[in-house]
Parts: sequence; structure tokens; C-alpha cells
Amino acid sequence: MTQPRRAFQVGSGLFILLGFAALAYLATQTTSIANYRQGDSYTLKARFTNIGQLKLRAPIKVAGVRVGSVKSIELDDKALDAIVLLSIDKRFGELPDDSAAAIFTSGLLGDQYVGIQPGGSPDMFKDGDEVVLTQSSMQLEDLIGKFLVGGDSTKPAADAEPASPPR
Amino acid sequence: MSTLRRPSMIGDSLAQLGSAGLFLFAILAALPGSLRHFRETVRQIWFVGGMSLVIIMTCGLFVGMVLSLQLYYTLSIFGGTAALGTVVALSLFRELGPVVTALLFAGRAGTSITAEIGLMRATDQLSAMEMMAVDPMAYVVAPRFLAGIVAMPLLACVFNALGILGAHLVGVTWLGLDNGTFWGNMTSSVDVWTDVINGVWKSTAFGAVIALIATFQGYTTPPTSEGVAYATTRTVVSSSIVVLALDFVMTAFLM
Repeated sequence: MTQPRRAFQVGSGLFILLGFAALAYLATQTTSIANYRQGDSYTLKARFTNIGQLKLRAPIKVAGVRVGSVKSIELDDKALDAIVLLSIDKRFGELPDDSAAAIFTSGLLGDQYVGIQPGGSPDMFKDGDEVVLTQSSMQLEDLIGKFLVGGDSTKPAADAEPASPPR
Repeated sequence: MSTLRRPSMIGDSLAQLGSAGLFLFAILAALPGSLRHFRETVRQIWFVGGMSLVIIMTCGLFVGMVLSLQLYYTLSIFGGTAALGTVVALSLFRELGPVVTALLFAGRAGTSITAEIGLMRATDQLSAMEMMAVDPMAYVVAPRFLAGIVAMPLLACVFNALGILGAHLVGVTWLGLDNGTFWGNMTSSVDVWTDVINGVWKSTAFGAVIALIATFQGYTTPPTSEGVAYATTRTVVSSSIVVLALDFVMTAFLM
């Protein structure tokens, strides 16, 4: 009498274990949860006039290699530009302090990321430093607008006469 | 007389809905009492969940495989086959995993719960329990309800995992997509909380709804063999409808 009852309990236990093993498999193998758990990191500040589609936790890359992620995106209510806090892994602590940060798009329509182009300064960035040289994200609409008004980059697309043919 | 007796369809469904709601409260009230029959709950988890594993795993594997095949064809039109892993994982975790598992669960476990309780009703076993001062709500209904809530999300996770393996099998092994591209794009686009855990919440809700409908239909069945047959059919039909409707509502709120 006790034997079949024990069998049910063992079966239920195995089933629950299998279910949680499947959940753990999904969480660790199919998502980027492993990338969120960063070791020690330091924070840099960068100002952009336009961040485009940049999102929280977007990757930060040096020469295409991921070195950190975007920690926060805020609007400076005085200067009205975007302040992006970049959280960079302590392992990559040797970034020259004249490096430039730019927002790139992976592929033509892919996700956006922050690319850092290393400079040549002998001094390195420290925690809390600001990246002075920044380049905003390339706006596809602006590009098309410039193309339509004949490459005159000083003149906004909205000012162009709609009937004027492209020169 | 006949006009008074003829129940309107709307009134009938409203009455069903109302008594199902009351039944839910009765189950919740019986939950503390069912803790004394904890072994029964464990046994039901095995019956409802463990014994559904084979069908869930087989179907998960095939759904993942066919999803991979179809999406590979569609994505190759745009030259976007690199996104195959992402698209398969997102559609499985967010939508297909919980819903298909729920439909299979209603067919595999919901019907057996209804038929079992219905037969207990038809053969007066539930009345006999009451006469022996055993509360059938606490001993029969509540353990099955709990087992449904526990088993459904676990089954959905197993379904998702097998689906991903099936998609990998077709996409990488058969169609020749790069292994690193498949996993890399998937891991960079799938989020634990908004995608995986959202699916778990959905499937938990589906489990509760299916278990409620199955126990309710079994408990209130007319005590005839025809009544049990109708009740079993109604379990599958109304579970499927409610699951799909609830899926839309939950997706709209959880997105």
C-alpha cells in the first residue's frame, strides 16, 4: 500500500525538478541574463544632442568588442541634451581620456550601441569622468532630407521649397 | 408555462458563469482544509503534470521544428535568416508555448479531471464522502485545482525548452544556419523578465482557469453517463475559448 504512494511522490518530485530545470535552461541559455551580472565596473558620462533609438542596457563596444552597457539615459533640463551614463567593466580600465563616444547602428536597421574610439592620451579615464568628444546617432530621416535638398547640410530639409527639383 | 421554463441562452451562460465564480470561492475556502490532504495534491501533480509530459515534449519538439522551417522560409525572402533564433524564441516564449500547452493540457488533463469527478458524482461517491464527514471540496476538488496551477507553468517551460531544441535541430543541423548566429541573436534579444517570466505568468493563469473549468464541470455534471460525456466535451470547448480570450487580454496588459 505504501509502495505505489511513494512512487507517486517520486514521480511528482521528478516532474517538478524537470520543470524547473527547463525554466533554468530557458533563463540562462536563451537570454542575456549572464551579461547583466557584471563584475566591478566604472561609470563614464557622455552628452549627446540626439541618442536616436538607444536603449537601456545597450552594449558599449570598443573595436566591436563589448566592454559594458548603458546604465541610464536622462535629459539635462538646462542644456536640453541627453546625459548617458556608461557602465564599463573594470577589466577594460585602460581607456585614454581623449577617447570619443559615438552612437552607431548595427547593420542598416539593427539595434543601436555606443562605440568608443580610443584616443592617444597617456592619461586614462577614471570613474565619473565625462567623455567630451561625442557624436550623436545618425538619423536616417536627416540623411534622406539632406539627399532631397541636394546635399546642402546647412539648410534643414523643412526649409526647402517642396517643388524645387534636386540639384 | 413553457415560455417561463425555457431558459434563454444568455441567461443560461450567465448562470453558468455565476456559479463557476461561486465555485472558485468555494475552492479557495477549501484550500486550507486541503493542506491536510497534501499527499493527494502531490499525487494529482503526478497525474496532471507528470503524465502529460510525453505529449507536451513531443508537441513542443514538433512545434519548434515546424516554426523553424516556416520562419526560415519567410525570413530568407528578406535575407534575414540570422534572426531565426530570435523570432522562434520570442514567438514560443510569449505566445505559442503557454497557449499550445494550455490547449493540450485542457485536452489531456482537463478532460480526465472532469471525467473522474463527474463519475464520482454519478456514482454518489461525493455524497458518500460528505456522509463520512470528508469534505469533497477539500479532498477531491482543491488538490486537483492546486495541481493544475503548479503543473501548467512547468509544462509550458518544458514545451518551450523542447521547442527551442527542435528549432535548433532544424535551423542549424538541417538548414545550415550558423550555430553562433542562432544562439547569439537569441540571447541578445530575449529578455528574462519581459519574455520568459511573462510566459510563466500567462501559463499559471491558464492552469488556474483550466483546472477551475474542469473541476466545475465535473462537480456539477448531471449524474448520468450522458451528463459526464457532455461535461467532458464542455470542459475542452470552454477551456479552449477562455484560454484564447484570456490570452489576448493578458497579452494586452503584460506587453
